[in-house]
Amino acid sequence: MNDMTVPNPASATRVAPPAPLGMLAELTHRCPLSCPYCSNPVDLEKRSVELDTETWKRVFSEAAAMGVLHLHLSGGEPTARKDIVELTAHAVKVGLYTNLITSGIGVTREKLQELADAGLDHVQLSIQDALPDNADRIAGLKGAHEKKRVLAGHVLELGLPLTINAVIHRANIENIEALVHMALEFGARRVEIAHSQYYGWALENRNMLMPTREQVMKAADTVERLREELEGKLVIDAVVPDYYARRPKPCVGGWGRQSLNVTPQGKVLPCHAAETIPHLVFDYVTEKSLSEIWEHGSAFEAYRGTSWMKEPCTSCPRKEIDFGGCRCQALAITGDPANADPACSLSPYHAKITSLALKAADSGKSDYIYRSFGGAKGGPRVEITRSNSSGADLPPN
Amino acid sequence: MTEVASEAVPKLPRGVRLRRDEVRNEWLLLAPERVLKPDAIAVAVLERCDGVRTVAAIVDDLAAAYAAPRETIETDVKAMLADLANKRVLDLG
Repeated sequence: MNDMTVPNPASATRVAPPAPLGMLAELTHRCPLSCPYCSNPVDLEKRSVELDTETWKRVFSEAAAMGVLHLHLSGGEPTARKDIVELTAHAVKVGLYTNLITSGIGVTREKLQELADAGLDHVQLSIQDALPDNADRIAGLKGAHEKKRVLAGHVLELGLPLTINAVIHRANIENIEALVHMALEFGARRVEIAHSQYYGWALENRNMLMPTREQVMKAADTVERLREELEGKLVIDAVVPDYYARRPKPCVGGWGRQSLNVTPQGKVLPCHAAETIPHLVFDYVTEKSLSEIWEHGSAFEAYRGTSWMKEPCTSCPRKEIDFGGCRCQALAITGDPANADPACSLSPYHAKITSLALKAADSGKSDYIYRSFGGAKGGPRVEITRSNSSGADLPPN
Repeated sequence: MTEVASEAVPKLPRGVRLRRDEVRNEWLLLAPERVLKPDAIAVAVLERCDGVRTVAAIVDDLAAAYAAPRETIETDVKAMLADLANKRVLDLG
């Protein structure tokens, strides 16, 4: 293992970073679903530490003033916050484009109407599979899929634009075509076919989620074909699976370059998984302004730009394109967040990530560690009866 | 490629907003997970996509405003609207 690289402090000649385009507000970690691929940290933040209404409103005002364009109201399930309408109305008032990222569970038509009246711009609804029984098994909640279908109907009736988000993994990768058609049927203008990224709960569940290389290749062809067939009807955005890739993803568009996350208790992160990097120190919106944290926060400075890089990134012509990939994945697999993301074929650890993928895909396991408060070991397991009535080709239990 | 009829009435759907960004000092078209940067001519077209005017009326208006040949403007405007419609950020009504 390499030594950990502690990045250089900001130099005196630094220029202010460009303003972020998007902010993900994790309003709460409470959620009625327990999806095993959840990108939230394994140590979920409890309701008692959540920011109050006035603080969130101030943060939204600060975000708008510093140039944030899109505000993603997320979680957990953001509508679990009693003040979701007030928060949305405030975000709209200060000029942010508001996107509600919801599980659709527990969202009444009345609540959605209030959100629409408050000026909500867009709804992103997750679905777990095209086959209801399998979808409920993945979400860890019986009847969840049907509730989502109902909510999608309300979204359309209220004239709100809808995106369907489907996280793809071994238990639904064969159903991508059906998922895309279900998005059309639900009335979506856009669908995200988002291959599971292995952080947080998904990393805990890697053996249960990883598809085979053949499945991934076939999925890419399917998405490409559907894009052509459905051009003008449905926008298909894909988040590619990187364990089998040759080049890394430009993770979050570059560290501290385009986006930021605020956790339920107000911790400001460059990305979902940044807390897994042990030497980083994060600032709280309760202690500093958002712009101060974005411009000077040590966690943002740590991997902003390219000066922290090592070979093979330093001399790579793609270093301003993919920014060396993902810091958290570099840490998780190589032990040093300043290494090239091992998804890159130029990384000396590339063989390791490939072998991890092949081994995980071959494990045959499907006993999910469901997302829950209390961490990956302590939470309750949700048992869902396996049913093949829909003809679903479910993985072996 | 989508064909744009002269009688079509283009409109930005809910979820797509044309706005002036005072921080970056430019016009932006905000859509779900997208930020598009229209140039000055595109902004002039988009400002006229109000759900009332037809494509023909928009072209007439632009031809007058910019004292440019109507045919050229019609071709450019229709190509732009078709492209945006394909991206699902414009409804052709």
